[in-house]
Amino acid sequence: MKILLDKVNVAGINSLDVYRANGGYASVEKALRKMTPAEIIEEVKKSGLRGRGGAGFPTGMKWSFLDKKSGRPRYLVVNADESEPGTFKDRYLMEHIPHLLIEGIIASCFALESNLAFIYVRGEFKWIINILWKAIGEARDAGLLGKNILGTGFDLDIVVHPGGGAYICGEETALLESLEGKRGNPRLKPPFPAVVGLYGMPTVVNNVESIAAVPWIVLNSGDAYSKIGTPKSAGTKLISACGNINKPGVYEIELGLPVEEFIFSDEWCGGIANGKRMKAVVAGGSSVPILPTELILKTANGEKRLMSYESLQDGGFLTGTMLGSGGFIVYDENQCIVRNTWNFTRFYHHESCGQCSPCREGTGWMERILHKLENGHGSMSDIELLWDVQKKIEGNTICPLGDAAAWPVASAIRHFRDEFEWHVTNPKEAMERNFGIREKIEVAV
Amino acid sequence: MIKVTIDGIEIEVEDGTTIMNAARKVGGKIVPPAMCYYSTLKGSGGKCRACLVKVAQGSAKDPRPMPKLVASCSTAAQDGMVVQNITSQEVLDVRRGIVEMLLVNHPLDCPVCDQAGECELQNFAFDHGLQRTRSEFPRREFDIIDIGPHIKLHMTRCILCYRCTMVADQLTDQRVHGVLWRGEKSEISTYIQKAIENDFSGNMIDVCPVGALTDRHFRFRNRVWFLAPFDAHRHCTKCSGKAVVWLRGEEIYRVTGRKDEYGEVKDFICNECRWDHFSKTDWIIEGPRKFEGWSVINANKYDKETVELPEHLYSKLDNKKWETFEGVT
Repeated sequence: MKILLDKVNVAGINSLDVYRANGGYASVEKALRKMTPAEIIEEVKKSGLRGRGGAGFPTGMKWSFLDKKSGRPRYLVVNADESEPGTFKDRYLMEHIPHLLIEGIIASCFALESNLAFIYVRGEFKWIINILWKAIGEARDAGLLGKNILGTGFDLDIVVHPGGGAYICGEETALLESLEGKRGNPRLKPPFPAVVGLYGMPTVVNNVESIAAVPWIVLNSGDAYSKIGTPKSAGTKLISACGNINKPGVYEIELGLPVEEFIFSDEWCGGIANGKRMKAVVAGGSSVPILPTELILKTANGEKRLMSYESLQDGGFLTGTMLGSGGFIVYDENQCIVRNTWNFTRFYHHESCGQCSPCREGTGWMERILHKLENGHGSMSDIELLWDVQKKIEGNTICPLGDAAAWPVASAIRHFRDEFEWHVTNPKEAMERNFGIREKIEVAV
Repeated sequence: MIKVTIDGIEIEVEDGTTIMNAARKVGGKIVPPAMCYYSTLKGSGGKCRACLVKVAQGSAKDPRPMPKLVASCSTAAQDGMVVQNITSQEVLDVRRGIVEMLLVNHPLDCPVCDQAGECELQNFAFDHGLQRTRSEFPRREFDIIDIGPHIKLHMTRCILCYRCTMVADQLTDQRVHGVLWRGEKSEISTYIQKAIENDFSGNMIDVCPVGALTDRHFRFRNRVWFLAPFDAHRHCTKCSGKAVVWLRGEEIYRVTGRKDEYGEVKDFICNECRWDHFSKTDWIIEGPRKFEGWSVINANKYDKETVELPEHLYSKLDNKKWETFEGVT
């Protein structure tokens, strides 16, 4: 069952005419002409749609927190600052079917009674900004944006704002700061954006994928959406699969699909590339805990692991992981977990905003320890130290970037401690081994 | 009015008070340390994470504990809230971690740092820190630069509390410095070598918790513990004129704002008071300045007979114990 990518293969779907000919913008007409804002919010609540940006917070509930009583202007901000290593689903969606996002924004803004929406696009997605501008222009010319949409008296404008290339600006309050033209530092919460958000006004910040799911819910009712997937994780989810698999790419799956089927079925990832064995999986983008093969396919209780929020979380951080933003990275037996962890930590070190001390200092410290271990200069006490440093970061920072930096390190040590120890006890091999590249050199020769 | 319990001590505070300010009302050892929070600067706090406390009970209505440690300087107290600060081992462990983190890139050049003796990081590390650092990597390096005619910036020592940018925002007419770059590389700087020239710029030195911003007129002239601070005032058209003059013999070595027991200045002073009046006749001296905070400034200068200090400070200030290192924990 496909909801978001159903029509993605239709030729010319990124133009308004083809999109409308394929049933596009029907939800806008239904929402604006036949429904009230409260009804749409009720449908979204019933649908059980959860935020697709990573945290999985119910979208309908987030919308109902929006302060409408004070009469201040309300804003919808679409978070398209997708920069998590391993996640590339929003990029695919916006690039191929931009009108779906715009349709979702119109329906959502009508529900939120907001007359201005912002799309905060990652700065590196320059060509996508052009695609969005073109699509917004087409929609405006067709009377779907601007003043008095479809003659219903509802006004809406969309502003596309390119980010400056900072991962931290994907955190909702840092995004708002950045949108206001300030330094992208996360704000202290509370107050939450639903009360004091962009320019001090009530604001809803949603992921691209969450907003893109709204048109289907408006057209087919929330109950229909909640029947897809599992009871706690309704609907479909875009998974961006990459790593050592035969068919990397963006797939739309029904939540509740077994992980084993997702990796090995030809319909999805198509198994491990080059006939290798699977070693580990990062199930939801670089910030979620990495799991070894035996724990990703089956939970600690021996149940089948499913692609859903609750099944992946089964076992907590000891034996579980998170669905996160859907960046599914598969590692085969040749990959070095220490090197991979160092790579992730280097990313978080580079992207930490530097506002609060545990994250600013701790990410750099972890990166240096990991670099030392990876290159065969480490000692056993460094592993203990690394564990201690990540524990001091986790949960003690302003925003979740600290947690995101600590979890991959914690899980790598928890599940692949032997590999860290191997790097300590075999420093020469650790220095010599150059994972991945060596094979390619041999092939070339 | 709401009732909050902090480390078993119940106190009534006004609605909307932060946990930090409620604890400060009680006073004493249960006050969480603060490296970035500054009560007179709007929007400060939440950054250093030194003041993290455990909320064992959210409120009378919702008695669930909060899942994470919270920053006491930016979390509003609720009616019936139960807070654990020094009674929670978890909090003390995390605080130890925070000290270590803050010192990972700190040069530890206290012997040549002008702030030594009145440094909040020094005090914080002394109270909570480890004996040695576990970090063996090179620390970040920056050039020492002059930002304006009065202030020297040692970026290596900075802990990025953002206090000085808030002083510039809230006290002076125009901010010409700020935080550049991000993460570990972020630095306080003026953009394209602009000079900070402002009538109230000197307060940035006072609010700096470490020796990152130092007084160019006072640098290397004396150690603070050789100077005797006296409350003094003068008639000033720009500011309140309430200051502290630091004397050695009859000579005024420097003039600063009046820091309270939490190292905060309530009455900011202007640059004229700070740098243009080094003659004793310019000032009306009120009397010795009582430093209530735990600092080396108190040592050897005041004793129990002349200055009243909170009881818990005496044991550490006892000269005999200092000689035998018994009082040092």
